[in-house]
Amino acid sequence: MSEILKETSLEDKFITHFNELESRINGESKSAFHDIRKEALESFKTLGLPDKRNEEYKYTPVQRVLKKNFDFGVVGEQATLSADEIRDNYIPGLKTNTLVFINGVFSEKHSEIISKDIIIKDFNLALKENKEDIETYLAKYADYKEDAFVALNTALAENGSFIKLENNKVIEEPIALYFINDAKSKEVHSQPRNLFIAGKSSQASFIEVFKTTGEQASFTNVVTEVVVNENAHIDYFKIQNNENTSYHVGTTHVWQDRSSYFAGYTFTLSGALVRNNLNIIIDGEGCESHMFGLYLLNGSTHVDNHTAVDHRKPNSFSNELYKGILEDQSHGVFNGKVYVRQIAQKTNAFQSNKNILLSNEAIINTKPQLEIWADDVKCSHGCTTGQLDEEALFYLQSRGVGKERARVLLLYAYAAEILENIKLDPLKDYLEGLVSERLHKNF
Amino acid sequence: MSKDNEILEQFTSKEYEHGWNIDLEADQAPKGLSEEIIHFISAKKEEPQWLLDWRLKAYRAWTKMEEPDWANVKFPKINYQDIIYYSAPKQKVKPKSLDEIDPELLDTFKKLGISLEEQKRLTGVAVDAVLDSVSVATTFKDKLGELGIIFCSFSEAVKEHPELVKKYLGSVVPQGDNYFSALNSAVFTDGSFCYIPKGVRCPMELSTYFRINAANTGQFERTLIVAEEGSYVSYLEGCTAPQRDENQLHAAVVEIYVQKDAEVKYSTVQNWYPGDKNGKGGIYNFVTKRGICAGDNAKLSWTQVETGSSVTWKYPSCILKGDNSTGEFYSVAVTNNMQQADTGTKMIHIGKNTKSRIVSKGVSAGKSQNSYRGQVKVMKRAEGARNFSQCDSLLMGDQCGAHTFPYIDVENKSAQVEHEATTSKIGEDQIFYCTQRGIDEESAIALIVNGYCKEVLNQLPMEFAVEAQKLLALTLEGSVG
Amino acid sequence: MLKIKNLHASIEGKDILNGINLEIKPGEVHAIMGPNGSGKSTLASVLAGREEYEVTDGEIEYLGKDLLDLSPEDRAREGVFLAFQYPVEIPGVSTTNFLKTAINQIREYRGQEPLDAVSFLTTMKEKMKLVEIDQALLSRSLNEGFSGGEKKRNEIFQMAMLEPKLSILDETDSGLDIDALRIVANGVNKLKTSETSTIVVTHYQRLLDYIVPDFVHVLYKGKIVKSGDKNLALELEEKGYDWIKEEVDTATA
Repeated sequence: MSEILKETSLEDKFITHFNELESRINGESKSAFHDIRKEALESFKTLGLPDKRNEEYKYTPVQRVLKKNFDFGVVGEQATLSADEIRDNYIPGLKTNTLVFINGVFSEKHSEIISKDIIIKDFNLALKENKEDIETYLAKYADYKEDAFVALNTALAENGSFIKLENNKVIEEPIALYFINDAKSKEVHSQPRNLFIAGKSSQASFIEVFKTTGEQASFTNVVTEVVVNENAHIDYFKIQNNENTSYHVGTTHVWQDRSSYFAGYTFTLSGALVRNNLNIIIDGEGCESHMFGLYLLNGSTHVDNHTAVDHRKPNSFSNELYKGILEDQSHGVFNGKVYVRQIAQKTNAFQSNKNILLSNEAIINTKPQLEIWADDVKCSHGCTTGQLDEEALFYLQSRGVGKERARVLLLYAYAAEILENIKLDPLKDYLEGLVSERLHKNF
Repeated sequence: MSKDNEILEQFTSKEYEHGWNIDLEADQAPKGLSEEIIHFISAKKEEPQWLLDWRLKAYRAWTKMEEPDWANVKFPKINYQDIIYYSAPKQKVKPKSLDEIDPELLDTFKKLGISLEEQKRLTGVAVDAVLDSVSVATTFKDKLGELGIIFCSFSEAVKEHPELVKKYLGSVVPQGDNYFSALNSAVFTDGSFCYIPKGVRCPMELSTYFRINAANTGQFERTLIVAEEGSYVSYLEGCTAPQRDENQLHAAVVEIYVQKDAEVKYSTVQNWYPGDKNGKGGIYNFVTKRGICAGDNAKLSWTQVETGSSVTWKYPSCILKGDNSTGEFYSVAVTNNMQQADTGTKMIHIGKNTKSRIVSKGVSAGKSQNSYRGQVKVMKRAEGARNFSQCDSLLMGDQCGAHTFPYIDVENKSAQVEHEATTSKIGEDQIFYCTQRGIDEESAIALIVNGYCKEVLNQLPMEFAVEAQKLLALTLEGSVG
Repeated sequence: MLKIKNLHASIEGKDILNGINLEIKPGEVHAIMGPNGSGKSTLASVLAGREEYEVTDGEIEYLGKDLLDLSPEDRAREGVFLAFQYPVEIPGVSTTNFLKTAINQIREYRGQEPLDAVSFLTTMKEKMKLVEIDQALLSRSLNEGFSGGEKKRNEIFQMAMLEPKLSILDETDSGLDIDALRIVANGVNKLKTSETSTIVVTHYQRLLDYIVPDFVHVLYKGKIVKSGDKNLALELEEKGYDWIKEEVDTATA
């Protein structure tokens, strides 16, 4: 009997969190968004945390790991990281609009906005001040009725960011969001929520960095919604470089209007368990979407990238390339879906997932999927799984390059296919550095 | 033995350029298939006993087999008793040189665009021409002979080089391999034989032209190529048939044996009569082509441009037995009107570090159906095997179909198998884009289709590539707009 | 250069253009704006001769000839160039090869000798600089795997190579980032002479900051309902199209 009680208690703990939230936000409990929260909580109760019977989580049964590693007590004191400890996480040489979140909570004193005429604010504040945008856009794309984690985040969302670019606004300096978990003394869990609205013909880059310090377990369940209006141009980066005690579930949901451009880059360098969902809806003609991913896995890291592109209008282009290098007992999962609706004629969609396995224990499950209802389209998909090219290795050795050095060189070249697409030089240098350091250290 | 002098209706046709037939006095077997017919064929060809026994064994196997039905093609049941299994152009004496060959026959080849004399003089391509199952002319024999290369008709090989034929016949495609190869093994009448001795690099392209001329006949030719250690040969095959209302059967077998360090390139331009716009008539092209890379570092490359036949069932394959051996398959298959093609390849990786590459380009127009069917099999001990497959389909119009059936079967973990597939449509948009830049419509279609097939056409020898390009444009004429 | 009189056109029985009147003189730049579905792209397609559109009434005179009498390729050979909204991909055919075919067919039409390889390459090198396009891109299959920006730059590069008299840019700016927009606009400006005319179809005023139009026309329900200078575009950017729609709809009600 007590066993059953314990089994159900994980969901119940989150419900407790919700009740606690509701009691705190008195004034807001009548708002339209609060009704959505309540709906989301109901759907979370129905859906439950996914186990491996859920097809979408078949290889990543999150429920089990969360039960095993977390207590999910009510959030405690905010951590006390020094300014230097925080600054250490910044991308060197890159001038950005900087927003820092510590254990999920916005930290104004570490944040700095340098671009003019843009709206960047704490999510909590936007709920009160930007009601019109919140009602128009929030929770309209990330579906809290289908995915338990989106439902959970929607129910509990109170921290995160609200960013809005007006029509024709072009900003040179990227917007960088640093989500820093301080798990030095106790377990940390957070549910950040971001809403990013890019006005007509606007242009910006947007970076999310997830970083944990400390030995205790941390869990982040982040949801980001990106609204890319007509002719806007958005580059989006997600960089995960966590401790091996950190658990991450993230959903980025993008909606694109006509002639818009969106490129998403996902870099995963470590973590205990990472699940990334990247969903793009192409809802206008003449759009361009790119999805690039790179994951370097070792130890027992488990990384699951799920992507979906939904072509709903004709004449658009989507391209996806995810590459992985897996060592030790690491486990990679790739699941990419491309939908081309009947009306979406003249769609061009490309999808590719490539993996290098460096050990016999490493596992990759890859599943590229194309679902096409239109008949005048050009679509392709493919996946590869293999080892390092022995011939190329031998060639380098025969030119006097040591075997280890040659391996690193080849692996680096393999990863560079992703990195070379990045247009922001300091960011590219930074990521090249991280990749190169990892390859030297581990492979 | 009856002489069938039946003259079919005279015609000319724009749709199928090679659709004429010539009134050659033919030497034929009666319709139907039985052990007697096999005795007849074997006697006619003055064959040794072992070959007759070999044929009979194949025939007995065939009678126990069933016609395969897994291919994505539909056609009425073939009445195998309604086919003439032997038909030879009648000649009083076996020709010793081109001058002695029936001038009308030579004219046939001229119409095909291969004047044997010209070929001989200008291009340096050695040609063996097979008309209605019998090999009629082989050029350049002497010159090749100096290098020890044997290139002759299959019948001649049986007489002159029985030990080689006996050793290799059926070594890659055994009699009972499949329904159509068993049929071929029982009744094949002629074909080409080619032997490249150790270390010899054949200095010219070797070429065979096949043509079905007489009515109601099936063509069952057999090609056997043996490349000894360290040798090289590039082999070309072309086919045409006259336009007739009834369907004709072509069930050929090609066997290629590639020894250690040897390389064979086999190119086909197949332009059998495809039937008319409504699907009447045309050749059933049921062909078994297979080669084995028996020794280490052997290489076998198939290139095919398939534009003809009403039904095609054909899977040129490579058995990669030797370590480090390589198999390649480059294919363009074009179907128009009511044509059906189910074609592809098999790459069987047995040896270590074996590599294979598949590039298949299908073009479907009209109401045709075009399927790619390919198997990549990596056996347990094929450490380090690699395969790359790319199969693209191009659709013209909205009544045709393109299908892809890849089978990937991997038993060794170290294997790297890559598969890419695309489907696209040539449409008014692409053509309008070209015309808007000042290019007329005909040039636009040629530009687009040749661009799409470029990777495969590049594999063909120069003169063949030009012919293939013209053929593509011709086959697809009028299929857009 | 171009006189459009009372042009009506339809597609699949649906009327899209309902009486366009427009005159363009050599050296002029005309911008055509308007809400979605107002017929902007149709006008561009009809001028270039796309067959799906049926011209039901009116006439188009181009350099004294009846444009509607000419096939699409002959229009191109007479100097009409359309920069496509969605440039088409042609796998296996390089831009270089494509342009060589086009230029030589145009030269043949004009009774000129085919261009030899050296002069072709020299011209190409020169024009490549104009749109900052890379040689490697031109050796690749036409538009295949090009980014949106590369495709649009390639359109302008082709325009530079074919030296048209009348260029129609159909939403060439859509989907471009700010840098690509500048490059494309610079290319167009450098190609402009007192002998050539340009029609710029666009959704966005910001292109007109770079390619300054002599006239701006607003298309609505298949008609030009308002014409003005570049200030009209600024006004549209600020106020949207609703006021124009209202004006027209009340007038016709």
